[in-house]
This record gives sequence, structure tokens and C-alpha cells, in this order.
Amino acid sequence: MSTLVREHYNFAYLDEHTKRMIRRALLKGVAIPGYQVPFASREMPMPYGWGTGGVQVSAACMVPDDRVKVIDQGADDTTNAISIRKFFERTAGVALTERTAEATLIQTRHRIPEHPLSEGQILVYQVPIPEPLRFLEPRETETRKMHALSEYGLMHVKLYEDISQHGEIATSYAYPAEVNGRHVFDPSPIPKFDNPKLDNAPALQLFGAGREQRIYAVPPYTRVRSLDFEDYPFVAARAEHQCALCGALHTYLDEVIIDDEGGRMFVCSDTDYCNERQQANQETGNDAG
Amino acid sequence: MSGPLSAPNPTTQPTASSEALSGGFADASIDSAYAFRTLLDVMARPGLIGRLAAAKAPAPASVSMATALLTLCDSTTPLFLAASHATPALKDWIAFHLGAPLTNNPAEAVFAAGSWDSLGEVGRFALGSDDYPDRSTTLLIETEHLMNEGLRLTGPGIATSTALSLPQHWLPALQANHRLYPQGVDFFFCFGEAIAALPRSTLVEAG
Repeated sequence: MSTLVREHYNFAYLDEHTKRMIRRALLKGVAIPGYQVPFASREMPMPYGWGTGGVQVSAACMVPDDRVKVIDQGADDTTNAISIRKFFERTAGVALTERTAEATLIQTRHRIPEHPLSEGQILVYQVPIPEPLRFLEPRETETRKMHALSEYGLMHVKLYEDISQHGEIATSYAYPAEVNGRHVFDPSPIPKFDNPKLDNAPALQLFGAGREQRIYAVPPYTRVRSLDFEDYPFVAARAEHQCALCGALHTYLDEVIIDDEGGRMFVCSDTDYCNERQQANQETGNDAG
Repeated sequence: MSGPLSAPNPTTQPTASSEALSGGFADASIDSAYAFRTLLDVMARPGLIGRLAAAKAPAPASVSMATALLTLCDSTTPLFLAASHATPALKDWIAFHLGAPLTNNPAEAVFAAGSWDSLGEVGRFALGSDDYPDRSTTLLIETEHLMNEGLRLTGPGIATSTALSLPQHWLPALQANHRLYPQGVDFFFCFGEAIAALPRSTLVEAG
């Protein structure tokens, strides 16, 4: 670690007292998968909504020899992702990477990388609203009681109303799931395409909501079941197109408007995965189109 | 002392107080970061045996217990010391390095440390409430060895099943704690530099 880093900041920005407080919350979160542990979220040198919760969780579990990757909607090269990467480079002196397979700690906003995660990795989610029941019941006192009693009927009513209005479960992101057979949780606004990757994953998944002051976790190899009905089973939806750059038919796609005459293209939202595939295509001489 | 600048004579007082002042982290932010990563890993993968050796407290606290306490405890976390560990030397070390208030009431302890027998029944400690199951005690317990054999563990964090060398007669208490889920206490087991964890979510069975 450079002396510059050590002279200007405590390791990973936060003071030791704050890190201990966050670390205790993290351990309880891991011990009760899917349960939202309150924590005394600090003001960070970035606005709420820019990943203050994720940054605090990352800072509390970061070690100097971590290799850190940050993505925003799957992309490594967006403003939010770049500024958070630089934040940790300056305050913790850690190595940075854009390669999912090489990263030891990945902070993410709204996506799970396409490349399968492995046992040594930690995935930290930035969470805007951690409470899955919040838009159905605005009172914290009531939602807390509902979690205590496993009273999740309201959520099923919501999904049922989706079906009665749209003919299918129209919830397409932040899709509620049940963790370890007990707590219903909000996996953050990831597309429901990503929900199956939450289940029985080899990596440790941590969730930080800065403004809402909650931390929760899904340990490795933990059952995460997306809520559904027997006659309307959960479907991990994606746009029925092919990536215009790498030709993938199995990835989550972004729709990009390319002119003002209705032209559009679909590309992988995971930039690292797409680049990897494009390189492999070039080497084998395959045409993407 | 005579003058404001006179240094203490190093040939006098090599007593318990110097033991209390030593044994902390050499580099607090870095040592605690590595120590916490190990604690997080073992809690997320019950049965996994990690190594903690960055701090040293007076006997009978093991090196891994000292490091865990130093990583997690501070003035905001009441600590219950079981009789096995309530020695003046260890209390002095805790007062100097942690500043954690010692409590005699297990139900208000955020952390508790000691041997299994002297900590007593698990039900005496904070088990969390329906609304806040996280508000429960974390127990740090010295064991006589720590290996992946013996009691069978399954649950979150464990791919299929694993084993941990805990005494057979602890089984009823560990199972009763698991039945309280999502309430219940969480355990760290310490032996020398080795540490393993058993969260309330883990199902423990005879091996």
C-alpha cells in the first residue's frame, strides 16, 4: 500500500469504531440470512442513492490484498462504478480489476455478473429500499411485525394482482424471494433474470442500504426461492434478442436507442462478459452477427 | 515521579500491568481488517476453521479469542466474562485494549467469552426478540481442539454437510438454540490460533 494512502486516510476510509459497528451487523446478518439488521449508517463522501450502503459494507470487509471490481447495471465503465473504484483505490490502496473471475470483492448496483461466481468471492449489493414490503405497507412498525410473524400474505396478494391485471407476474426487478425458508427479502433492483443466481451460490452475498440503514446477507449455499404460484411459476425473463456485439442468446440485454428514427440495438448489460465473448469470437473467427 | 519528563524506570514494575498494555494489534486498521475477513468467512461457512493470530491476551484467553475480541468489541458492547476467564490480568487487558464494559448479566451481554462449562446455559444469554432477532449474544468459547470431525453440520453456508469436533454433550444445547431460529445466539469456537463459527442457522446432529 502506498504511503500516500496511509497518510491521508485510515484504511478503507471509515474509522475503526464505525467499521466494528458495521462488522458486528454483518456477522448477525450472515447468521440470520435475509433478515435486515439495522446499523448506524454514516454520511459518506457521495450522495445517498450512489451506493453509500454498499461502500460502507465493502469498506468494512475489505483487506489490502483484495482485487476490487465495481459495476453499475453490469457495466464497469459508468460514472458511479468508476468513482467508487477510484474511491477504494485512493483510500484502501487495493488493486482494481474489471474481470469478474479475477475479482475477490465485487460491489454491484442492480446486476449479478454473468460469469459464475466462485467460493472465495464476496458480492456486495447497493440497495435503495431494503424492505420488500415497503410499497405495500409504509409503516416500519408493521413490516417489522410481518417479518416477525412470517406474515407474507400481502406480498402474494401483490403478485396475484399482477396476474389478474397483466395475465402474468409483471414484477420484473427487485423480485421478492424467500431466504433459508424464513425471511422474504428484496434482492435489490436486480432484474428477475438474475434471481436464480442468488440461490445456492458459492459466493458470499452482502447487501448494504445506506439511507435506510440496513445490512443483510445471503451466505454461500443458501436456499433462495423466488416467490410464485404453482400455476404461475417464476420465470427468469430476458429480452428475446441476441447481443449485437457478442451474439449471446443467454445473457441479460440492455436496449440501446441508436438514432431518432426508432433504431435500436440489444447488447449485453455485463460489459466484462461481453468483451470476453467478443475476444473469444475473434480468436475462433466466429462472426457475432 | 520527580519531573514531568522523567521516564519510568524499565527495571521496575515488569508486572501484570505491562502484560495488560501489550498484545494489541501492531497495525490496528490492517490487522483488524484481516481478522474480520476471517471471522466473516468462518461465520458464512460454518465448520470452516480459520486462523487468527494478530493479538495476544493474558491466559487463559487463546490467541484467536483475543484477536476476535479486539476486532469486534469496544465501549458500546457489554462483555460477559465467564468465571473461567474472569482473571484480573485478562480484565486489565480488556479494559486497556477494548474498553468494553464488563457485565455480570448474561442477558445484556453483546459478547460473552469463556469455557463452555463456566458460561452456563445458553438460554441465560440474550436470544434476540421476534422483532429484532439480531439483538442476541455472540458467545466465544474455548475448545480443547478444533478439527473437521465429529458433530455433523448442515444449513446455510454449507454445500452438503461438514463436521466440527465439538463435544457430544453440547449437542442438546446447540440443537435447542437452532430450534429458536431466527432467534438464538451465535458461537465462535477458539483453540490456539484456530477459530470456527456456528451461527444459529446451522443444524447440528450427532456425527
